[in-house]
This record gives sequence, structure tokens and C-alpha cells, in this order.
Amino acid sequence: MSKKMVNPRNAYGETLIELGRKNKNIVVLDADLSKSTKTIMFAKKYPDRFFEMGIAEANMITTAAGFASCGKIPFVSTFAVFATGRVYDQIRMDIAYSKANVKIFATHGGISVGKDGVSHQMIEDIALMRVLPNMTVLAPSDATQTGKIVKLMAENKGPMYARVGRADAPLIYDKAELEDIKIGKGIVLREGEDLTIFATGTMVEPALEAHKNLKKSGISARIVDMHTIKPIDEKLILKSAKDTNAIITAEEHSVLGGLGGAIAEIIAEKNLKINFYRMGIRDRFCESGEPDDLLEKYKLNKKYIVKKAKELTKN
Amino acid sequence: MKGFKISDIKELQIKAVHIRKHIIEMLYKAKSGHPGGSLSAVDAIVALYFNHMNHDPDNPKDPNRDRFILSKGHAAPALYATLAESGYFDVKELLNLRSMNCMLQGHPVCTYIPGVEASTGSLGHGLSFANGVALAGKLDKKKYKIYVMLGDGETGEGQVWEAAAVASHYKLDNITAMIDRNFLQIDGNTEQVLKLESIKDRWSSFGWKVFEVNGHNIQEILETLNQADSHKRQPSLIILNTIKGKGVSFMENNVDFHGVPPNEMERNKAIEELNLAKNKLEASL
Repeated sequence: MSKKMVNPRNAYGETLIELGRKNKNIVVLDADLSKSTKTIMFAKKYPDRFFEMGIAEANMITTAAGFASCGKIPFVSTFAVFATGRVYDQIRMDIAYSKANVKIFATHGGISVGKDGVSHQMIEDIALMRVLPNMTVLAPSDATQTGKIVKLMAENKGPMYARVGRADAPLIYDKAELEDIKIGKGIVLREGEDLTIFATGTMVEPALEAHKNLKKSGISARIVDMHTIKPIDEKLILKSAKDTNAIITAEEHSVLGGLGGAIAEIIAEKNLKINFYRMGIRDRFCESGEPDDLLEKYKLNKKYIVKKAKELTKN
Repeated sequence: MKGFKISDIKELQIKAVHIRKHIIEMLYKAKSGHPGGSLSAVDAIVALYFNHMNHDPDNPKDPNRDRFILSKGHAAPALYATLAESGYFDVKELLNLRSMNCMLQGHPVCTYIPGVEASTGSLGHGLSFANGVALAGKLDKKKYKIYVMLGDGETGEGQVWEAAAVASHYKLDNITAMIDRNFLQIDGNTEQVLKLESIKDRWSSFGWKVFEVNGHNIQEILETLNQADSHKRQPSLIILNTIKGKGVSFMENNVDFHGVPPNEMERNKAIEELNLAKNKLEASL
């Protein structure tokens, strides 16, 4: 049975409304992309607490820090590429260093943005945000988890960055399954003994699909949803390295500095003897194209997870 | 009015000399920092903290306080000395400027220095921060005002103009920005580095109400602050015509003192000059 497709962006918009109803301190800022990021849903419901900042992202980020200094909980949205790289100094000084209670929620992360091409395909955002002290970095994998993560962002103090993709995504969770979700704790979706696949965001679903194929080939894969890249769930990584003989990381992001980078650091520092592969964009820019074609060309789908898993578990 | 507030203009001028002395001593002790732009900004900061603003050093996070944001964060010594003299922290702390394991960082940080509103030092951010505070104030129907001080060279930053457009778009009349117009930046005269004139026309065309004053005349600054406060439906800008290094003869209009501290001889000479100025003011009280 195929899973229901829901867009995580819609879950973001709906959750903002829910949060806005309960908490008058929630304010939302957007930079002329509210129709795409879905903050428009909040804007229609609570126009006095929605602030259109125009195509002026640097000002938007610092303005959010000003709001936070007055006890507001600002959610700031635009595309991932403009929400991080374009405004790095603003995030560094006014949010991370200042420990401002600002929530950056970026959409259109990764290459599956598609035909808009490199200018809009953000594959460095997780790395950029991860190196900032005080910053929490999140990448929910479906609409249900997105709603839950957005609530956690509002409930927990401190600078946070979350990114989702552009496309509709298959529903992985129902609400009850995420009752206990915690920032910084990976979710083991499938148990396995031969290898562990740590996936984040849009790569969690292909990892689950790969699990089925691998099972048929007699390979038992543990699948972990790493919705939090920082703080990284080191305990779960160490446990998986002990329980299984190989680790694959999967992310719609550069292999440098993201989930793969974070786990590689732990593997190296803890001197873990383990087969390891980082699946992601291998230090290059991509191009315009249909999302599925791009994911095939840049080897970011179920097929390549299966292939790598087989290679890593040989012998 | 709290004990640290001063209504007499002469006494405010004496306070300004006092702050200038702190700046010289701090930078001499730290052996680094920015004398020129700290000294030029002093009079407006003194006017704000010791007379004009509603603030309470015993309650730095009072939600109804007026805010001062030092966007030109390298003038931190002027802000720190003013905060200490107002009672936000011990004056003794000033001589630990830029020292390890001490509070007073080279540039302002808002997380642990009492009274510092925004972490600045990377130029161009302050006005955007003010926009957030101003919008929150309007949303909550608060009466507080936000004062932002920018360097003249700082307005080369694109973010300043994003912020200027947004403040004007939202009619943020609770913001008064000030430009410390001392005509000097690190590489030289502002008009040679990257032309700024006409500052007045630029900001007017962005929808701001522009005032211009002698930035070392505290009486004039206070009068203009009152006019700016009561101006409605537009943010206000006060161009403070200042002299970089003001108050120390050999630092005045001398770009070499942008980011270089005084040596022992220079420090002695500066303190001597400032003491003379103070004595003169006190004699005329």
C-alpha cells in the first residue's frame, strides 16, 4: 500500500496557526515567499502578528533577534539558501552569539527543489548552521514530524534552524508514534543487525524503502531517522557502531559538514573500526532538472542506498 | 527621576568629560581599541543615558525601558563607561576592557553585559535589531522608544538600507537613529572611501524625518531628541555633526586614532587636557 503524500510545508503552516492560537508571543516573518513557505496560512489567520519583510533577508534575520529581545518567539521563513548563506553574519552575531530565541524555518532545502537550479538548491545549510555555537539543527522527515518539530521549536528556548524540502513527502508517522520525540534523539524506525543507515529529512523515506529490498537480499538494516543533526545523538551512533558492522549516512546535502560529517567526526574521534559511507552531494554543485532525475543522477535514492549497503556488508 | 539622571546642561557636559577620561584610561590599559569613534559619540550617549532615556540600571530588562543600540559597536568604550557611570555595573570593571576572563568584550555582547541590548561589532545590524524591538513595541502597545547610533562609514552596509526601508514602510516613529557624522573611516575621509553625501537626501528619500545638529552640543541634542520623539508616522534620523577624537586635541580629526590606543605619553597628555576642560566647566557652574 502506498503511503499518503503530504507536504511538510503545509504542516508547518498549520502548526504555526495552532501555536499562534495558544501563544500570543508567536510572531512570523517572511521575505516575500510566504506563499511558498506557507507562512501565508498564519498571515491570514493572525495578520497583526505576521510581518512581511520584503526581499531583504539580512534585515529580517536581525529584526527577528530584536523581536526575541522583547520576549517574542519569532519564526522566520524563506528558502534554505536565503535563510542561511545569504544571512550568515546576521545569524552568527544576532542569533547564535546572542542566544536569541529565534526559530529559522527554511523550506526548499536540497536538490529536489528541481528546475530552479543551483541558485535555489541549498546543499550547504546544515553544515553552515551546525558549526555555529548555540545553534540547534533540525531536518524533519515527513509532515507529521514537521508539525511536531515546529512545536518543539516553540517550546524549547534558544536559536534553532530547521529545513524541509519543497516536494510532497510520504507520511512516515502518525501522531501517536511521535508522542515521545525529543530534540537530539534519533528515532530507530527499523531494527537491524548488519548495518545502520542514519538518514535525515527527505532521505528517511528512501532508507525505509531500501530496508525492504535489503531484507529480501538477506541484509538486516537498522534505519534511524536523525531529525536532529545538532545536538547529534552520539549515544545512538556509538550503540549502532557496536551493534552493526557498518554505517551509512544519507542526506540531501553536501557530504561535507552535514549529518555525514557529524557522524564521521564521532567515528574518527572514538576510533571506531567500522565500514562507513557518506551518501550525499559529493562536493559539487548540481543543476536544473526534474527532482527524481536529479536524485538518480546524484545517487541519492533507494537504489543507491541498497547498492552501498550491499557493498559495505560484503564478507 | 533616578539618582543618576542629570538635568543641568553644564553637569551633563562635565559627565561627558568624565566619560572621555574613562575611554582614554580604558584604551590605554587595554592597549587596544577605538578612541576616535568612541570620543565622537560621547555627547549624544551622555544626553540619552543621563537625561533623555527612560531606563533603570537596577532593572536592565524592564520591558518598558527605552533602548539604546550601539550599531557602531567599536565605540563600545563610550557605551561601557556610560553604563558603568549609570550604575549598571561597577566602574572598576572598565579597566578590564578586552581582558581575558572579564566581562567587557572588545565589542558589545548582550548576553552577559548588563544594559547592552544587542551584540554588535559587525557593522550594519543595529537598525534591523531596532526594527524588531519597534515592531514588538507597536504590537504590544508599549510606549518605549528605540535609539540607534550608527557610524557614518557604517551606512555603506547594504543591510542599513534594508532596515531603513522597512522602518519607513512600517512607519516606525518609535525609532530615532543617529549617525555619528565624523567624516572619517579607517581608510580615510568618508567622501573619498565611499561617498555618503547627501546623507540628508538619502534618508529623506527613504521616508525618514531628518534632523541635523552639532553632535557635541548636548543642549541641541536634547532638544532634537524631543522633536524626534514627537514626530509621528515616520522614523527619525539625527545627523550628529561630530569630530572624530573630540576632546583630545591631537586625536581630533586624526584618522590614525581610529583603532589605535594612546601610549603612555599620549594618555597623560589626553588626561591633562580633559582635566583642564573639566575644571573649566566646574568653575563656570
